Amino acid sequence: MRWLPPFPNNREETNALKDILQIENLTHTYGAGTPFQRDAVKDLSFSVREGEFLGIIGHTGSGKSTLIQHLNGLLKPTSGRILLDGKDIWAEPKKIRDVRFRVGLVFQYPEYQLFEETVYKDIAFGPMNMGKSGEELDRCIRESAKLVGLKSETLEKSPFELSGGQKRRVALAGVLAMEPEVLVLDEPTAGLDPAGRENLMANIRDFHRNRGGTVILVSHSMDEIAQNVDRILVLKSAKVLMQGAPREIFARADELLSAGLDVPQITRVAMALKRRGVPIDPAVYTVKELKRQLLALRKGGAVC
Amino acid sequence: MLKDITLGQYFPGDTPAHRLDPRTKILLVIFYIVALFCAKSVVTYGIMILTLLVCVQISKVKAGALFRGLKPVVFIIIFTAVLNLFFTPGNYLFQWGPLHISDAGVRMAVSMVLRIMLLITGTFLMTYTTSPIRLTDGLESLLNPLKRLHVPVHELAMMMSIALRFIPTLIEETDKIMSAQKARGADFESGNLFRKAKALIPILVPLFISAFRRADELAVAMECRCYHGGEGRTKLHVLKFATRDWVALVCGTAIMVGVIVLRQFGM
Repeated sequence: MRWLPPFPNNREETNALKDILQIENLTHTYGAGTPFQRDAVKDLSFSVREGEFLGIIGHTGSGKSTLIQHLNGLLKPTSGRILLDGKDIWAEPKKIRDVRFRVGLVFQYPEYQLFEETVYKDIAFGPMNMGKSGEELDRCIRESAKLVGLKSETLEKSPFELSGGQKRRVALAGVLAMEPEVLVLDEPTAGLDPAGRENLMANIRDFHRNRGGTVILVSHSMDEIAQNVDRILVLKSAKVLMQGAPREIFARADELLSAGLDVPQITRVAMALKRRGVPIDPAVYTVKELKRQLLALRKGGAVC
Repeated sequence: MLKDITLGQYFPGDTPAHRLDPRTKILLVIFYIVALFCAKSVVTYGIMILTLLVCVQISKVKAGALFRGLKPVVFIIIFTAVLNLFFTPGNYLFQWGPLHISDAGVRMAVSMVLRIMLLITGTFLMTYTTSPIRLTDGLESLLNPLKRLHVPVHELAMMMSIALRFIPTLIEETDKIMSAQKARGADFESGNLFRKAKALIPILVPLFISAFRRADELAVAMECRCYHGGEGRTKLHVLKFATRDWVALVCGTAIMVGVIVLRQFGM
């Protein structure tokens, strides 16, 4: 129903679009008034553009999980505001559930939240809470199951007899079935094997490309972020360290490394080559790009 | 929100009360309870209050923490006080319709309230100054003689420490599952009792599954490290009575015997 029309996944065009989420001076304090008082996020401001694929990276304890739980109103800011489509999500606290349907949040290890007898019923939980029924409900469930690559016979199985990767896809479908405008994922591929990881990321890319949804991906893996997102937000101890396109971010690889964060493997290779005197731009992050640069060098007759 | 619940209310410290052998503390609490139930005069109650105050002083536990411990039982205390106050026969001091307050009633109410409060603060003082692990260790060692009667003492103690260990883990897990289901629009607050109970299913099913999974993993991990029950098992921290334990036990016994003797003399 609310699927947005597909549009090209192009950065220049994305820039011209409006902000779907705005985070203004967000601060969240845990254990206020106790000796354990701690700011999990402090005075954080950034915006998410409609239809973009945003990656968030940061160390454990940099405030990523706290931040994303604010985006759909699971946590209430200690101070600051979250604007969805220009409106403060806490303007009407009674309607916070509507925000949760518009901003779908997939937690870490989401397979542990499955509870129904069949996959079909479990995926139905979200849309049923929205008040959907009948054909509309059935359509949501089947479409989201198809999007994550679940076969229709799997829908009648118990979620507990599926493999780990399949369970995770069921959980993802459970959130996608609410047809959210923004999809937030916390470490969606943690604990999966390489094939499962690639499959799941492909499902998420499908959602982004074909449905035009906005995606926010939180991950530890620089490679995963580098290969998928349009823009990166780097968090460090409750604050934004830097934000920008992957190329801009990885151009500052030294800063990333000194913040205790990783850079993609390809960037590391390029950095090592540069140190050995190969005239190359170290801010590359895909195999393709590195290959292009190296081939160009060889044609130019440089030492290699 | 669930994280705010304080369980296993141990306050780490390094006072003589913390250093006492857990067995001593368990025995002292038993002595204290026996004495408390024998006390019935102003003098004996005075002794009991004084003993507790001295123990609190030694343990350096904050009074606020002790009173917080009383919070959950406030209702029981008030209930007992009201019942005893109005329904004990004796010389009526005050009468209004079927309600009456007698001198015996006042005495009874005061002593019952005191008894409950002392009982609870006394036991809390033990849990405040003893870590759960040491407490189960002490309990296991005290119950050891029951092994002759084929009571699985070690297994029970192990179950108790595992249960205590996993309370915070399960609370955290519940919190996570609740957030995840809320993100899918689950509503735990509105609706009547039946609807609220039904809303718990999406939390309870995953919680039970993960609890069983954890139990399974723990069992495998324990077997991998050759755990085979209590037979022939030695301890890392061997419990040992020190001089202070004997001193504390002698004092405790003296107070208990003293209260019983005073009771025999009608005091």
